[in-house]
Amino acid sequence: MNPTSYAARLGLSRGWIEFKHSLTNPQDIGFTIVTTAAFVVVLYLQRDAKVPGTDLSLAAATLPGVLGIGMAFNGLSGAVGALAVEREDGTLLRAKALPQGMVGYLVGRIVSLSLAAVSGLLIVLVAGLFLVPELTGAGLGAWLTVAWVAALGLVATLPWGAVIGSLANSPQAAAGLSMLLFGALSSVSGIFYPITALATWLQAVAQAFPLYWLGLGMRAALLPDAAAAAELGGSWRPLETLGVLLAWSVAGLVLAPPILRRMARRESGSLMMARRERALQRIG
Amino acid sequence: MSVTRALDGDTNVTNAGSALEVSGLHMSYGPLEVLRGVDFSVAPGEVIALLGPNGAGKTTTIEILEGFRMPSAGRVRVLGTDPAKGDERWRARLGVVLQSWRDHGRWPVHQLLDHLGRYYTPYSTASRPRPLDTGELIEAVGLTEQAGRRVNRLSGGQRRRLDVAIGIVGRPEVLFLDEPTAGFDPQARRDFHDLVHRLSDLDDTTILLTTHDLDEAEKLADRILILTGGRIIADGSADRLSREVSRDAQVRWSRAGEHFVHATDDATGFVRGLFAQYGEEIDDLEVRRATLEDTYMAILKKEEG
Repeated sequence: MNPTSYAARLGLSRGWIEFKHSLTNPQDIGFTIVTTAAFVVVLYLQRDAKVPGTDLSLAAATLPGVLGIGMAFNGLSGAVGALAVEREDGTLLRAKALPQGMVGYLVGRIVSLSLAAVSGLLIVLVAGLFLVPELTGAGLGAWLTVAWVAALGLVATLPWGAVIGSLANSPQAAAGLSMLLFGALSSVSGIFYPITALATWLQAVAQAFPLYWLGLGMRAALLPDAAAAAELGGSWRPLETLGVLLAWSVAGLVLAPPILRRMARRESGSLMMARRERALQRIG
Repeated sequence: MSVTRALDGDTNVTNAGSALEVSGLHMSYGPLEVLRGVDFSVAPGEVIALLGPNGAGKTTTIEILEGFRMPSAGRVRVLGTDPAKGDERWRARLGVVLQSWRDHGRWPVHQLLDHLGRYYTPYSTASRPRPLDTGELIEAVGLTEQAGRRVNRLSGGQRRRLDVAIGIVGRPEVLFLDEPTAGFDPQARRDFHDLVHRLSDLDDTTILLTTHDLDEAEKLADRILILTGGRIIADGSADRLSREVSRDAQVRWSRAGEHFVHATDDATGFVRGLFAQYGEEIDDLEVRRATLEDTYMAILKKEEG
């Protein structure tokens, strides 16, 4: 039995266990309910409005973007939060003290974060089925596109979350940094506001990051083909979507392991204690 | 034949070697020199208590041995391996209990121990099956009633016992315990001492522990190391250390309702004389050697002075 693949299997069961724990945790459930409720309210208020010049409901036009941003948010800030908190509470050090423990830890984290992101996606989708009639008309091809865009979106964001979580000094700094980054990117992402209405240089910035492409990919999957006319270049640009998301994924997957390794190598009990004392001083 | 003998000889050499070996260990954090030439070695199965004032470098020393921190200079071997280069197979032979952990709060005790124990399965051998049975281990650390409880619902002492259980779930050959009994009530402390004795007697585990409880050090450790100013300034059994500092014992007695105290380096002779002189008038007799605490304070004072 190869110990590394054995530890990876332990990581799978670890991820599943942690996902189940979050299903019974009132805080986690509360967070999911509040964020989902916010999306549902937006969709509900938009259900009768039409996108100007078309007979597409505004809700139908918003939903894909919500799916896309949810994936990126869960991937990025989930990984940032998990790493920053688990460096401070000793989970990482515990993993370091076990043979092949880091393999199990990382696989477990990827699994539990992915499960959380996918279940978040499903919750919004189910709500969408009731509020957005266009959704029930989507065929198999549309759902397959949703699946690959979602999966790639997760791979494109999760490793970057791990990088930010590794570099940040404290969970507070990590959360602040990721919210700032996320807020800035989502405001120019074209998800809440048409990207065609933005200045050209802002359009360029938005297109350099995965968030815009996640929204575009989801719109391509779930909106009628005619709606592509409202996009940049009047096309869904599926190849570009694939290309940009793949590029971010590859870069993240190449960059994250050495940064994680360097962070893990530096972790020690006294470092953890020092961080805790700083945290206590902030409170006191 | 001769090859076999040579191999046997090699095995014996390894077995007879030290479990821990530290020489010329230096550690600096920037301009701050924490360790300045630490030397000691520990034989397999020995229980060692590392004592010293706060900030003396105890935790740094342990972290270097655990492979969590790279030393600035010096030679360190744990089970014959340099911790800086230890692989996962080496890691599987160690147990680590750090000072403070708050992780895995949502996991029930039994589930967590069972999960963490499974990491050791690939490293199980005929002579040392790994991991320990989860149920038995939970019983050994006295958490049977809390087995189904989530970790964040445990009291401080229970939490610490779980840390110890996680430290030994892989049946370590070397166990590092950094202040294992902080926050224990007297009963938990006694149970923990029994557990350490069992580990060292039955499993031949080499144990290095740090503590501020000198009574505990005296009870548990075969040998005591005192670390201060970045160096080991005393190394020996509690008994030997106290003899080195002072051979004096205190004799207390009462006669005719009056209490007396006398310090002497020949307590037996003094008491014999006492009885010869006063016979049955002597009452409340008590002979007390210097405790480890007396010795420890004396050694530190001498070092400072």
